[in-house]
Amino acid sequence: MTDIAIARREGGMTALVRHARYVISENPVTGFAFALFLLIVLAAAFGPHLVPYDPLASDTAEALKAPSAHHWFGTDKYGRDLFSRVVVATRLDFFIAVASVVLVFLMGGLAGVAAGFFGGWTDRIVGRIADTIMAFPLFVLAMGIVAAMGNTVQNIVLATAIVNFPLYARIARAEANVRREAGFVEAARLSGNSDWRILTFQILPNVFPILVVQMSLTMGYAILNAAGLSFIGLGVRPPTPEWGIMVAEGASYMISGEWWNAFFPGGALMIAVFCFNLLGDGLRDMVDPRKRT
Amino acid sequence: MTAAAPALSVEGLSVEFRTRSGIVRALDNVSFSVRKGETIALVGESGSGKSVTAYATMGILDPAGKVTAGRAMLGGLDLLSAKPSQLAEVRGREIAMIFQNPRTALNPIRPVGRQIADVLIRHRNVPRAAAPAQAIEMLRAVGITDPARRARAYPFEMSGGMCQRVMIAIALAAKPSLLIADEPTTGLDVTTQAVIMDLVSDLARDMGMATIFITHDLALAGQRSSRIVVMHAGHVVENAATKDLLAHPRHPYTAELIAATPDAAASLDKLASVSGSLPDLRRTDLPPCRYSERCPRKIAACAQPLPHTTLDADHAAACWHPLPIRRVVAPTESAA
Amino acid sequence: MTILLDVADVSKLFTAGGPGAWTRLKRRLAGGPQTLPKVHAVEDVSFVINKGETVGLVGESGCGKSTLVRALTRLVDLSEGSIKLGDRELSLKAARVFARDRDRARIQMVFQDAGESINPRFTAFDAIADPLRRLRKLHGKALIERVETVATQCGLPPQLLSRFPHQLSGGQRARVGIARAIAVQPDLLVLDEPTAALDVSVQVVILQLLQRLKKDIGMSYLFVSHDLSVLRLLCDRVLVMYLGKIVESGPAATVFEKPLHPYTQALVAAVPRLHQSGAERLRLIGEPRSPIDPDPNVCRFYGRCPRGTDACKAAMPALRALGDRQVACHFA
Repeated sequence: MTDIAIARREGGMTALVRHARYVISENPVTGFAFALFLLIVLAAAFGPHLVPYDPLASDTAEALKAPSAHHWFGTDKYGRDLFSRVVVATRLDFFIAVASVVLVFLMGGLAGVAAGFFGGWTDRIVGRIADTIMAFPLFVLAMGIVAAMGNTVQNIVLATAIVNFPLYARIARAEANVRREAGFVEAARLSGNSDWRILTFQILPNVFPILVVQMSLTMGYAILNAAGLSFIGLGVRPPTPEWGIMVAEGASYMISGEWWNAFFPGGALMIAVFCFNLLGDGLRDMVDPRKRT
Repeated sequence: MTAAAPALSVEGLSVEFRTRSGIVRALDNVSFSVRKGETIALVGESGSGKSVTAYATMGILDPAGKVTAGRAMLGGLDLLSAKPSQLAEVRGREIAMIFQNPRTALNPIRPVGRQIADVLIRHRNVPRAAAPAQAIEMLRAVGITDPARRARAYPFEMSGGMCQRVMIAIALAAKPSLLIADEPTTGLDVTTQAVIMDLVSDLARDMGMATIFITHDLALAGQRSSRIVVMHAGHVVENAATKDLLAHPRHPYTAELIAATPDAAASLDKLASVSGSLPDLRRTDLPPCRYSERCPRKIAACAQPLPHTTLDADHAAACWHPLPIRRVVAPTESAA
Repeated sequence: MTILLDVADVSKLFTAGGPGAWTRLKRRLAGGPQTLPKVHAVEDVSFVINKGETVGLVGESGCGKSTLVRALTRLVDLSEGSIKLGDRELSLKAARVFARDRDRARIQMVFQDAGESINPRFTAFDAIADPLRRLRKLHGKALIERVETVATQCGLPPQLLSRFPHQLSGGQRARVGIARAIAVQPDLLVLDEPTAALDVSVQVVILQLLQRLKKDIGMSYLFVSHDLSVLRLLCDRVLVMYLGKIVESGPAATVFEKPLHPYTQALVAAVPRLHQSGAERLRLIGEPRSPIDPDPNVCRFYGRCPRGTDACKAAMPALRALGDRQVACHFA
């Protein structure tokens, strides 16, 4: 008897793995994005232990050296190793992206699902909040929040989350709304589920995968947003290694020929954003049970 | 009496679909023809290939589908090898199609009168100024009350039955010589179904159109066609005049389908169920007779390639062991 | 016979779109009348279902049968009337609260489209287990055992229980829907066109399954369909509904053989028969009347009825008894 329960779970797991393998083999780009993602995660987790130099240690003798066997990405004006700084910065940028996306997923996703499912006043309130946020140019809003609340990592995370709130709330609302009258919701009522149970156990699992895809896509935007804030001096402060600041610091050297100062952190930023966007497409195929056979 | 030339004749049509889990042999050597002014019914369970036949003929197969053999002759033109420009010319003008779900087949943001007028302008060279008035006439012809007002309505403002009437008006606006109706009344009420089918039959008769009526409902096919082509798993298993087929089915599958029709039995216990289910068409070891694995009359000969048995001039069944002709007259109500 | 379900004078009205907010505000400021147009989806419907009986409910889409069924199963609230299940009056509790009522398990429903009524993220097991978890508080081993028993009872092999709805065939999905509904052993099972989406070959099997289950479990059925030929095979009695009202009721066989109401006659005539050509039939013309604030003195079928006279415009015919049947027509 219990074998069935176990078989049930195993069946679910192996099917998912098999499906993931299929999606990747069918679409090599997704496989590439996953490999890249893994690399980013590894860099974030172990980067500080692996890099050849201390990212904060300056060595004026070595200042503004072009990329070489010693300094793969070259050095900046204080002689800090750019390769080490780019790798170490992964952790902070990745953390900001993940934290803000998880935060907005919880806020926007839940508010949107509730708005779509309950309708009425809940819907109106969530809708107006989203409209208000959308009324501002988003980057300016993020700037305003960080400027007003203080220049900390928590506030960057919060600002990035708030800026993305309308997107999540609207997607979740639309998806919950079409399922509100679905047959399986009525069936769940007949099975003795309260509204809250229906919301969390019937509707949410159906909206979740769509939001997961969205999470991957906004991760890229979140990194850009955080880097953008740092770039204009409203985010992480020097000398902390962070891609945005590094690009800002390196920008002035582009003209004088020390291109590597901005090129490598900028490239890391671009690859990360690119990877998250590709990942979103792959995830969409993977989490949709209807695409599984 | 000389038989009229076929309006459409499909010969040896085979279609395959490429999917990630293998090649689906959706149609295999499908042949039938429909004459001018005649209504034939393609009958079968879902998955039997009846819609694929229509789509392949119209050249609107899903990109994964491929015609691997066969011809579909409309007049002198083979629709299956025709150039896209030729096909586009023929579709709408010579062949029209009505679909199962009229609401999705109509343009949701254009008033229905305009949609009819578009077809008139494009296919019948009706002057732009005269088209709206003719569109209203078409709506009147399909039995829509207050057509002038309804012509300005959008599809979402109309009931399912009404949308289907509009679809019919659009399909028939160009006075085609062949109409393909793919389950036009599935999802509609029986009363609406009767009205829509009356309308299609009346218009087909008046215009001398050939009609291919696709349905899963044998009773409805029996009422509305002069010839029935029964399909099973991509094969034509039986092809005969309607009365003959219903009274003397020769293929075991047809006999089982008839016995499963609710109308056929006095009580639920007497209603026979069709044994087994459609074989998986992705299989590479499909037997020559795709019905043989669920057939109650299977014999050793069934392992040979399918016979093309013409039982008499007008009744064909693809079976090695067909039912004998019953001499008993079926319980037909005498036409009062 | 004991009465299981007693439905008395049930009405359900919906507010129709009506004028926009601005117009309504202007009217309110002008002190005008505030009544909004109402859709009379179900009006004054009364009937009983006895223990062990199968009652059919037939009518075209938009006639209010779905609304009536959702009112009976307590998915929506009534506007008026009472629904008694045994001694229990069900209409007093709001639909939202009734989900957790102890009598929730006593009325269950099989939905029209089994594919749409099973959560695509749930396996067949979870779908069937849901009512057992919530209403019977079954867990662990007892739950697995019960789900497997019901699945087997419905002809669903246990190895299919780990599948998602899209991995099941139409017939298998229908079985999951039935298994879920009977898992808690309801007294009344409402079947909302359970075979509408199925092929004839599968339809027969499902209908026969339903008949066997009824005998085994001892439930009563309310079988909703627009297809009289199916109802005829399964039902003891049928109710014919037209635009929110019951226009005819009686034993299934006699209603089908000898319909009294002109609408029922049209309905019977419209059923395709194998050995009868469709040429000589009663043809319905025109469209149904609007269900928005209908004139209470005009027969709902007037305008579409081949027999309509001035009497039909002057007084709405009441449902009256004729032997073992009831008909709402001046001419029956």
